[in-house]
Amino acid sequence: MDLATFLIQCLNSLQYGLLLFLVASGLTLIFGIMGVINLAHGSFYMIGAYMAHALAPPVAATFGGGFFAVLAVGTVLAVVLGYVLEWAFFSFLYGREHLQQVLMTYGLILVFEELRSLLLGDDVHGVQAPPSLAGSLPLGELMTYPVYRLFISGVCVALALGMYFVFTRTRIGMMIRAGSANREMVQSLGIDIQFLYRVVFAAGVAIAVFAGMVAAPVSSVYPGMGNSVLIVCFVVVVIGGIGSIRGALLAALLIGAVDTFGKVLLPQAAGVLVYVLMALILLWKPDGLFKAG
Amino acid sequence: MTFFRLAFAAALAAGTTASAFAQATDRIKVGLMLPYTGTYASLGTAIENGFRLYLDENGGKLAGKTVEFFKVDDESDPAKAVDNTNKLVKRDNVDVLVGTVHSGVAMAMAKVARETQTLLIVPNAGADAITGPMCAPNIFRTSFSNWQPAYAMGLVAAEQQKHKTAVTITWKYAAGDESAKGFKEGFESKGGKVVKELSLPFPNVEFQALLTEIAAAKPDAVYAFFAGGGAVKFVKDYAGAGLKSKIPLYGPGFLTDGTLEAQGDAASGMLTTLHYGDDLAQPKDKQFRLNYAKAYKLQPDVYAVQGYDAAQLLAAGLAAAQGDIKKRDAVVRGMEQARLDSPRGALAMSKAHNPVQDVYLRKVEGHANKTIGVAVKQLADPARGCKLGT
Repeated sequence: MDLATFLIQCLNSLQYGLLLFLVASGLTLIFGIMGVINLAHGSFYMIGAYMAHALAPPVAATFGGGFFAVLAVGTVLAVVLGYVLEWAFFSFLYGREHLQQVLMTYGLILVFEELRSLLLGDDVHGVQAPPSLAGSLPLGELMTYPVYRLFISGVCVALALGMYFVFTRTRIGMMIRAGSANREMVQSLGIDIQFLYRVVFAAGVAIAVFAGMVAAPVSSVYPGMGNSVLIVCFVVVVIGGIGSIRGALLAALLIGAVDTFGKVLLPQAAGVLVYVLMALILLWKPDGLFKAG
Repeated sequence: MTFFRLAFAAALAAGTTASAFAQATDRIKVGLMLPYTGTYASLGTAIENGFRLYLDENGGKLAGKTVEFFKVDDESDPAKAVDNTNKLVKRDNVDVLVGTVHSGVAMAMAKVARETQTLLIVPNAGADAITGPMCAPNIFRTSFSNWQPAYAMGLVAAEQQKHKTAVTITWKYAAGDESAKGFKEGFESKGGKVVKELSLPFPNVEFQALLTEIAAAKPDAVYAFFAGGGAVKFVKDYAGAGLKSKIPLYGPGFLTDGTLEAQGDAASGMLTTLHYGDDLAQPKDKQFRLNYAKAYKLQPDVYAVQGYDAAQLLAAGLAAAQGDIKKRDAVVRGMEQARLDSPRGALAMSKAHNPVQDVYLRKVEGHANKTIGVAVKQLADPARGCKLGT
């Protein structure tokens, strides 16, 4: 591998890692703060991608906007969806055994897949990137790099910084961190923990839906797209340390690199490398790279 | 009183046996094992629609017999395949099995069909082994083997397009491996050289790393086998990486079938090979497309054609046995000797029971795969490892 190819591969792994982080951060948030294992997280990503496809015509008709208007409308809908789901299903899962959580959220996957099939069919769809980002930059002598992929990476970095800021510098971030450490204590201080959890859950869902919408132009929209993402996200969360946003970022970048270079250098083992990495890290640090709290 | 009850029961029993006997001679039980949920759901529906269309065209009957359908959703899950097949064979006692789309599930069906001697017609799955090492007198296929369109593409890339070097890229699973191998065989038989064989785990769609490798290898051509969502993403990523204008991309028809709307401009001008196209000249195809659109308010595709031909083939076998499905040898002989007027063109079975068929060369123009010629006329799968008819 010459230097130019190596640098391009580094760029590829960075972009893949950042997108993984975007999806996994919501999962680790809900996992770390409420102790809920949410298998339906991949479905939120799938819902986001289908929103990017299905919302475009009505949004264009109502607001006259393009892709960015769809992003805004979709995010608002996602917050509402998250809020309602928390009230209807997830609020019953706090403090229960993980097995019960897994059973119910697995049921939700099936419900979401079936609803998707009924409402939008089983066909594959493409989503156009907005014209302002449709160009590409020359890269090496043969390749070009789509501007839209740079946009995805930029959005991920901005969101990561935003989350970091909220958690460390704001009052609500402080409450959330305190709530995850000691629920009873926070409640006895007169903070409405129920409402706080609902907000966190809605945010987690919104991030996953947003990731799905942003990824749609490069990944296209197809049945079952949520499931493959879910598995990798769990690996990210476990390597990074449950509930740690910082850990999730580091783990996602690590997996991006292992997956990208693995496919190229060790194609026979590409399917298992990520899991080997997970096993090695857990042997060395059973709680993952960073322990939350 | 007791006498009456006994007489009544006897009469009832006699009545049921008489009607059961009548059923056995004027009915045939067909077990449809197809994907009705999941990624391949639309393919399963198209196959069943095609099968039923043939019945509708013939007064709702198959060689004069009333068809009783038994349906199972195979969920494209190889792990459940043997159980699902046994449901149809042992519980419902079907005369014929028809299925399926996923190669892994079809292999399990073929295994059960071999063990129980049930007649099996495969309307899609392309696994070479089904009409290779696993071939049997009671197993037929009305679709293709993975080798067929791939080998044809290899010939086209070397002879007609004058390419010297190529890279293959696919998912690492049976169908992908077989397709890449078939292309390599055709391409290298005409002096080309496959310089790199890239693959990624099924159903992973992170192609960027491998596209960078393709750019570094600088081949004359790329051959890709993907289907469904993976096909859409690969074709789009290939164009997005700027490779489309510099290194032509080829593949079997699955790369651009049912995906063009989603692929948009990224697929324009691509050449693919398949045993069907959207605009074939023969009258049979025109009539088929018209009838199908009328019956289902949908445009037919290659899967509908394969389902239609499964029904045609079975009808030919039944007719040869004077409508008695129990005369297995006569049914099989009838199917072996059938010359079907398929929408795709003339169709005959090879010794291994796989279609001998024209493989068309198609070009993507707008949102259609326009047929621009025949890549290979009457191509038969080599059926390596099959002992039938030798």
